[in-house]
Amino acid sequence: MPPTSRTPDADAPEVLSAPLVVEFPFTRSLGPVQSAFLTGLRERVVLGVRTGDGRVLVPPVEYDPATAEEIRDLVEVGTTGTVTTWSWNPAPRPHQPLDTPFAWVLVRFDGADTALLHALDAPGPDAVRTGMRVRVRWAAERTGAITDIACFEPYEGDGRGDATPHDGEFTDPVTGITAPARLDYTYSPGRAQSRYLAALAGHRTVGERCPSCRKVYVPPRGACPTCGVATRDQVEVGPRGTVTTFCIVNIKAKNLDIDVPYVYAHIALDGADLALHARIGGIPYDEVRMGLRVEPVWRGDGRYPDHYRPTGEPDADYDSYKELV
Amino acid sequence: MSEGGAPGSGTPRPGASRAAVSKEPVAVVGIGQTRHVAARRDVSLAGLVREAARRALDDAELSWQDIDAVVIGKAPDFFEGVMMPELYLADALGAVGKPILRVHTAGSVGGSTALVAADLVAARVHRTVLTLAFEKQSESNAMWGLSLPVPFQQPLLAGAGGFFAPHVRAYMRRTGAPATVGSLVAYKDRRNALKNPYAHLHEHDITLEKVQASPMLWDPVRYSETCPSSDGACAMVLTDRAGARRAPRPAAWMHGGAMRSEPTLFAGKDFVSPQAGKDCAAAVYRQAGVADPRREIDVVEMYVPFSWYEPMWLENLGFAAPGEGWKLTESGVTELDGDLPVNPSGGVLSANPIGASGMIRFAEAALQVRGQAGEHQVPGARRALGHAYGGGSQFFSMWLVGAEPPAT
Amino acid sequence: MSATPGPAAERREVAVVAFAQSDHARDTAEVSEAELLLPVLQDALGQAGLRAGEIDFTCSGSSDYLAGRAFSFTMALDSVGAWPPIAESHVETDGAWALYEAWVKLLTGTAETALVYAYGKSSSGAVRDVLTRQLDPYYLAPLWPDSVSLAALQAQALIDAGDTDEAALAGIAARARADAAANPHARHSGPVPPGEYVVRPLRTADCPPVTDGAAAVVLAAGDTARRLCDRPAWIRGMDHRVEAHALGVRDLTDSPSTRLAAERAGAFEQPVDSAELHAPFTAQEVVLRKALRLDDRVRINPSGGALAANPMMATGLIRIGEAAQAVRRGASRRALAHATSGPCLQQNLVAVLEGEPR
Repeated sequence: MPPTSRTPDADAPEVLSAPLVVEFPFTRSLGPVQSAFLTGLRERVVLGVRTGDGRVLVPPVEYDPATAEEIRDLVEVGTTGTVTTWSWNPAPRPHQPLDTPFAWVLVRFDGADTALLHALDAPGPDAVRTGMRVRVRWAAERTGAITDIACFEPYEGDGRGDATPHDGEFTDPVTGITAPARLDYTYSPGRAQSRYLAALAGHRTVGERCPSCRKVYVPPRGACPTCGVATRDQVEVGPRGTVTTFCIVNIKAKNLDIDVPYVYAHIALDGADLALHARIGGIPYDEVRMGLRVEPVWRGDGRYPDHYRPTGEPDADYDSYKELV
Repeated sequence: MSEGGAPGSGTPRPGASRAAVSKEPVAVVGIGQTRHVAARRDVSLAGLVREAARRALDDAELSWQDIDAVVIGKAPDFFEGVMMPELYLADALGAVGKPILRVHTAGSVGGSTALVAADLVAARVHRTVLTLAFEKQSESNAMWGLSLPVPFQQPLLAGAGGFFAPHVRAYMRRTGAPATVGSLVAYKDRRNALKNPYAHLHEHDITLEKVQASPMLWDPVRYSETCPSSDGACAMVLTDRAGARRAPRPAAWMHGGAMRSEPTLFAGKDFVSPQAGKDCAAAVYRQAGVADPRREIDVVEMYVPFSWYEPMWLENLGFAAPGEGWKLTESGVTELDGDLPVNPSGGVLSANPIGASGMIRFAEAALQVRGQAGEHQVPGARRALGHAYGGGSQFFSMWLVGAEPPAT
Repeated sequence: MSATPGPAAERREVAVVAFAQSDHARDTAEVSEAELLLPVLQDALGQAGLRAGEIDFTCSGSSDYLAGRAFSFTMALDSVGAWPPIAESHVETDGAWALYEAWVKLLTGTAETALVYAYGKSSSGAVRDVLTRQLDPYYLAPLWPDSVSLAALQAQALIDAGDTDEAALAGIAARARADAAANPHARHSGPVPPGEYVVRPLRTADCPPVTDGAAAVVLAAGDTARRLCDRPAWIRGMDHRVEAHALGVRDLTDSPSTRLAAERAGAFEQPVDSAELHAPFTAQEVVLRKALRLDDRVRINPSGGALAANPMMATGLIRIGEAAQAVRRGASRRALAHATSGPCLQQNLVAVLEGEPR
């Protein structure tokens, strides 16, 4: 999906927005109780944990919700149970256990005192009621995860009664899970940034002046951060500027296609009251210095200058930029 | 006017207080940490925080029932991929039926969390509060969490160290500090860490030459001058005077505490010595009645994620005049046996569970004045400063703890 | 648990002296969070006649997961004018808890005034999916149970227990939207049809609208509060409590944490005449009324509540702000405000506000 834009007010040609994806395969270590439970699911065994006052919690947790005491006394319960409440989900969302309409259910396993949340495969809401009997439908491929229970299904019959002690020992126990998570957002940088980016598309750098302190902000952020007032006056700055400080990057960042070493610098554009950050090129990395005068180099249809290069002017005097370091 | 209660430049307060308000003195009576490591693969998130909390309760010889409220902090939720993890952690922290409050102030959060907990006692809202901070970096990847791409914004071209290294260069330019000072800090902190069983890095064969020969990652910052990425948690039990009287071991008493923030980026920002850091320290010293921190404070646990931040913070916190901080480091003043030991624990350079790092500084300061710091104890430490910062060098939290109760 | 020290009467007096909120919208893509917040902060400060630099303590509430960006609160700080540096803190939850932190700060006597703000752009992501990330990461989050589905489990439990039925829920939905007609900031108002089932037994009208918005409150202590406004809304008590996380170990038809927080806040010492309840789903109002012992004489959610506008992370703070406004307008003598966080009312905060004299 390409970035989109809209036109909310006269002086901003377009306000930008774009998709933002936050995605990571989180690696979760389980600890002993959760390890036993999830390994048990892989082996088609449902474990619970007994609290100090004798209640059986399924799914088992490491710490008693009532007393905070550590609990490790594992028990095995049945694979059948009773629905304690439910809701009918007519339009399953991504990643949910079933992709056809299903019921969310809290199920109290036979032998347990608390209930587990999962999906129930049923023909329709009329087939679901609180108190109905259900059993586990195991996933065909099980890895030691809550999704090893594919879902519950209706079941006519009694289950086993009591919880029986279990040592929680299995061969090749699961000690961790990978939990991929992707969330899709739409990001909108707002009016000020949109104005800035629109000017940048024409290779002009336009900051905004605070009506109160008169400082020029590049990039503008819609508010003067020191005065807490809106900035509106457009001020073109640069294109030339001064390197105020820098570092030499010697390790390659994963997502960047830049050969090391290179110089990452803070550059105060002429007319701006604070520095922005950019790469310096067109000069050997070990010759870059504070005070170097530079100008932008645009490449292709990049949104930002590809890098800055020396202008050939004499270096700026330290006193002229030290307030901007 | 701020935490100090002293008149400042704020609003005039005609008849502001009807009744004089006196704060309840706050005592640290329990401290617990995990052994910080790159990856705690043997515990869940609950198991990790629980370990630190249990140790803090054991230190105070208290049970879960003795705790009135929990204040918990950590850095961004994306690090573990759990939104508001305190909701899931409430059970493990014995918080069911109690208040649990979650603080997030970027890297300073461990310190801020402790200060929010301290306020609950100081305001006499609660008597005994458990405060805890954690990070389980191994659930994701710190660099991923720190550099989530944002559309339209120029990507950070240099990684975390690249954000800080230019400020280090600016410090060197401003002060004329010799290039070796950073390596001295790293060498000291890594040696101190050998005396701290909870530190992540235990580099038994460390030498100054090895630090100075380590790869230059973000010139002027070398590999050995950067912090690790750790799994870890830190917890403290804070209580009132009555609680301190019942405590089995000496308490650390809070003499001052403050948070200060300034904007992320602004015209006139001094990244080398941020005003918010100076103001925060000044507020803490004012509350504690400290006129000359260099003479009156015995030990400092400061947040130094890159070695050069030690001399920078020495100036920012008023231990040295501007431009003079590196001289304290170079002359050995900040060594464990120096005149002003800095980071006897090994500091952030030796263990960095990000959200917990600030609280570890606060806790280590408290351990020193309780005389409970073990091998890295500074003999006779009576007053200690704990310091944390975060964001773009913009969020600061600090406390000053002493072996004696504050005058009331 | 040791007793709460000292009777509440010895506590310092703290009041809400100003409250502002945005005109809540389905989508505020044209503004950044700082741009959304800026006019709201200026409104609140303007009401109190204060400049940003005159505030002693600032505290905010927001969520990175809602924004989709780490450290999102740091850029929102741009709208505050934090220069010279300010005493400031942030909670990663609803702004009602930021207000709690600020209230405690004022109780210590080290601050006279506090600015509390909160914001949320629920439109940025698919909020039903985003909220699945706040569930137990081992047993629940991998199933992606969305917030409406979980609220529907709670609603069904209430129906099974005979505490409500679908017609009664429709009545709550209709009353909220009718009341919202008088609230210029609301997103949904006027008659709304019950709609289709989103997740049965909850229909469209039983669910909150996806909302972007921001809110700000100014707190002040004692005579400072009296000086800053004509009718301070005094916070007579405030407390919050959490329950176990897993739904299967809780009685979803009750909210013991709300009841305990209310008890600790002194809510039961005298009857309240109005209540702003943070109930994003109709059925949750039933739970809260029961836990808070609110009978038909108590005016519930005159603002329309979360069913009329639900800017997440600000909705709870807005409840306190609306309750305070009712007191300040003279529409309520003693008002209760409630905020919630977590799945199916896991964590709850209760504040009691009154005008003066006591």
